Amino acid sequence: MTTVPKTTTSNQNQQSISPQVDEKMLLHLSTSPHIRQPMAVPEIMKWVILALMPAFVSSVIFFGWRSIMLTVVSVGSAVGTEWFINKYFKRPCTIKDYSAVLTGLLLALNFPATLPWWTAVIGSVFAIALAKLAFGGLGSNFINPALAGRAFLVASYPAAMTNFNAPFFGSISGIDGVSGATPLSNIKDAFLAGNFDPQLFSSALRSLSIGNVGGCIGETSAIALLLGGLILVWKRIIDIRIPLSYIGTVFILFWLSNGSGSFFNSASLITPTYHVLAGGLLLGAIFMATDMVTSPITPKGRIIFGIGCGVLTFTIRKFGGYPEGVTYSILLMNLIVPLIDRYTRPKIYGEVMKRD
Amino acid sequence: MFKKYSFKGGIHPPHNKKQTESLTIEEFAAPDKVIIPLSQHIGAPAKAVVKRGDRVCIGQTIGDAGGFVSAPVHSSVSGTVKSVGMFPHPTGKQTMAVEIENDGTDEFAPLESFEKPWKEAAPGELIQKINNCGIVGMGGATFPTHVKLSPPSNKPIDTLIINGAECEPYLTADHRLMLERTEGLLTGALITRKILGAKRCTIAIEDNKADAIAAISQKLSDPKFKDLSVGVLKSKYPQGGEKQLINAVTSREVPSGGLPMDIGCVVENVSTALAIYDAIIDGKPLYQRVVTITGPLTRTPKNLLVRIGTPVMNILQACDVDFSMLKKVVTGGPMMGIALSTLDVPVIKSTSGLLTLDEKTPGIREYPCINCGKCVKICPMKLIPSRICKYAEKGKLDDAAEWNLMDCMECGSCTYTCPSKINLVHYIRLGKYQIQAKRAAQNTEQKK
Repeated sequence: MTTVPKTTTSNQNQQSISPQVDEKMLLHLSTSPHIRQPMAVPEIMKWVILALMPAFVSSVIFFGWRSIMLTVVSVGSAVGTEWFINKYFKRPCTIKDYSAVLTGLLLALNFPATLPWWTAVIGSVFAIALAKLAFGGLGSNFINPALAGRAFLVASYPAAMTNFNAPFFGSISGIDGVSGATPLSNIKDAFLAGNFDPQLFSSALRSLSIGNVGGCIGETSAIALLLGGLILVWKRIIDIRIPLSYIGTVFILFWLSNGSGSFFNSASLITPTYHVLAGGLLLGAIFMATDMVTSPITPKGRIIFGIGCGVLTFTIRKFGGYPEGVTYSILLMNLIVPLIDRYTRPKIYGEVMKRD
Repeated sequence: MFKKYSFKGGIHPPHNKKQTESLTIEEFAAPDKVIIPLSQHIGAPAKAVVKRGDRVCIGQTIGDAGGFVSAPVHSSVSGTVKSVGMFPHPTGKQTMAVEIENDGTDEFAPLESFEKPWKEAAPGELIQKINNCGIVGMGGATFPTHVKLSPPSNKPIDTLIINGAECEPYLTADHRLMLERTEGLLTGALITRKILGAKRCTIAIEDNKADAIAAISQKLSDPKFKDLSVGVLKSKYPQGGEKQLINAVTSREVPSGGLPMDIGCVVENVSTALAIYDAIIDGKPLYQRVVTITGPLTRTPKNLLVRIGTPVMNILQACDVDFSMLKKVVTGGPMMGIALSTLDVPVIKSTSGLLTLDEKTPGIREYPCINCGKCVKICPMKLIPSRICKYAEKGKLDDAAEWNLMDCMECGSCTYTCPSKINLVHYIRLGKYQIQAKRAAQNTEQKK
């Protein structure tokens, strides 16, 4: 920085190079560009949180006050953990970037309504402390913290994490006469038992779109999740390639392997549609797989990432032991993101004709 | 009506051109004293041919070209040379400059217009005249024009693009020239086309300058301009970047590490085309240029025709700048312009604008990179800025080079768009500088 003379207003002699100096003025130096677009990291986080609000509201409608309680506990312990660890290790406080709030909220939406509050605390602490801050905090974590927290809880408290109760306005599975399981475990059991009834499952599709079925509090309402997805696409926060390729892959794979033996009638579309709407696929594809930190940076890589998630989800749901496969699919794909990024490096401008 | 040309990537910063785009160019009175740097172009600085006490006239050569890639420098006032010495330069360095006291007589050195009609002249003669008049690329790069117009014979040029994109926010100098001196710059384009022997000559203008497009299209109906055409560009930054412009208009890509002439293209700014017209038709050397003075703290923004060498302070005072709030003055546009350290620096051949800003540095709070990919999406060179930036920041120069650090054109789009407010292009510049220094050191070692 250099001092330059400041002109007095009384000195209007334009012809002088060094006008009367009566006080010093400092000019700021910085390299270009000198303007920036206004959107910053906290705003992005706030928009994602806002986009999750329809799903949160639907969870309150269908599962009542416990979903509010679980969300508050989860968000509170996530933010508290981040604050405490920053404080303890004397690092700058990072809770104001809202990423911990988002992690807590996403995690809460993955809980069944019956989950004891202390389990929610354990999940949040694990997500923030071990999956995020242990690797360097925002931007350095290699797996999605909320999903890691959920995977940890599913492994540690399998009973509590799958104890689904019926929502207020519907049966637990959306299929009358069947109870005690989520829509996904229902279809899986039906296939395993060989008594798959297309009529029954197609009538369940409406319940699945609205969300009055059993399941994690935030994953049941397809409409609410799609609304959130539209907000994120409109604000250009998520890249539509990831959810499209993810959901599309799941849909196509289940369509190709549908039980009806035919591919061009409406019955053949029931199973794939059911699989798209049921379980955590929409929540995962729109809000978890699109997590910027843990998804590829190149456009081509994002499509590969989405397809990979879809193939894994299909494999787990179709052949695996779990009815649900979204969590592990995304977590596994998170791990190979650096590899995807390396192999989907875009061709730079002028590379076609690069001379030796 | 027109097919709109564009390239992939780029950003849409607010135009901020409304303040000045309708203001007619005014001539700014010659100052008492001018400081004319001898280095106003890429390449060797000019060599001073005047000394203290000499009397000079407007248009008189005060510095001779210091080599082939160089350009002469002319006086912009008539008066007495006060000193030849080191003066602050807009790029932040101290360089050799000639200080001339204006005697107010505005006496011209004899202007030698071209002795015969330009259509009958050989390209070599025209290039010589352009060289003598000290014309350099006025879009900002200041590459000596006579060098650009002399491609080797094995590189035929088939396309000449006259760059009227003016994609930098705030600036309207080129826009006004296209409106007010349409005929002159079109003739300049024809002269350039003749020199290069280019078949196609397109005047490329962004679609936010509808009046300029209309004015030029109307002129083009005149049969003498039948060889020229207008190309309408989508308004986005950096549409006026040489490589992006070529890609938009011709769908060709300049090879990595190569020059536009490698693919038969030459790009020339509209101001440069006009300067060529002035040089060939009127014999006028490049001693003045149009500067847009604008920005939030400029109370009366203006487009001014300024003598080269006029101190920035004089101009800002004439535009009623609020000095009490002033935090930063930028020469050029906000995306690639240079922040000035002192207001005593002069206007030079590349000064397209003066921007007064009240902010210190935008986006002071920096967040960690969240891998959002916005920089990848918008990079006009299709690089991965975030990755290169990390390598450069950590000093991993080989990795950075392997990920095409050297292909960065430093347009600043990545920094503009980054939600983490990381100044990516700054680290990339740093990396480029270090690699160049390293390569230079290796070269000298090899010579030993």
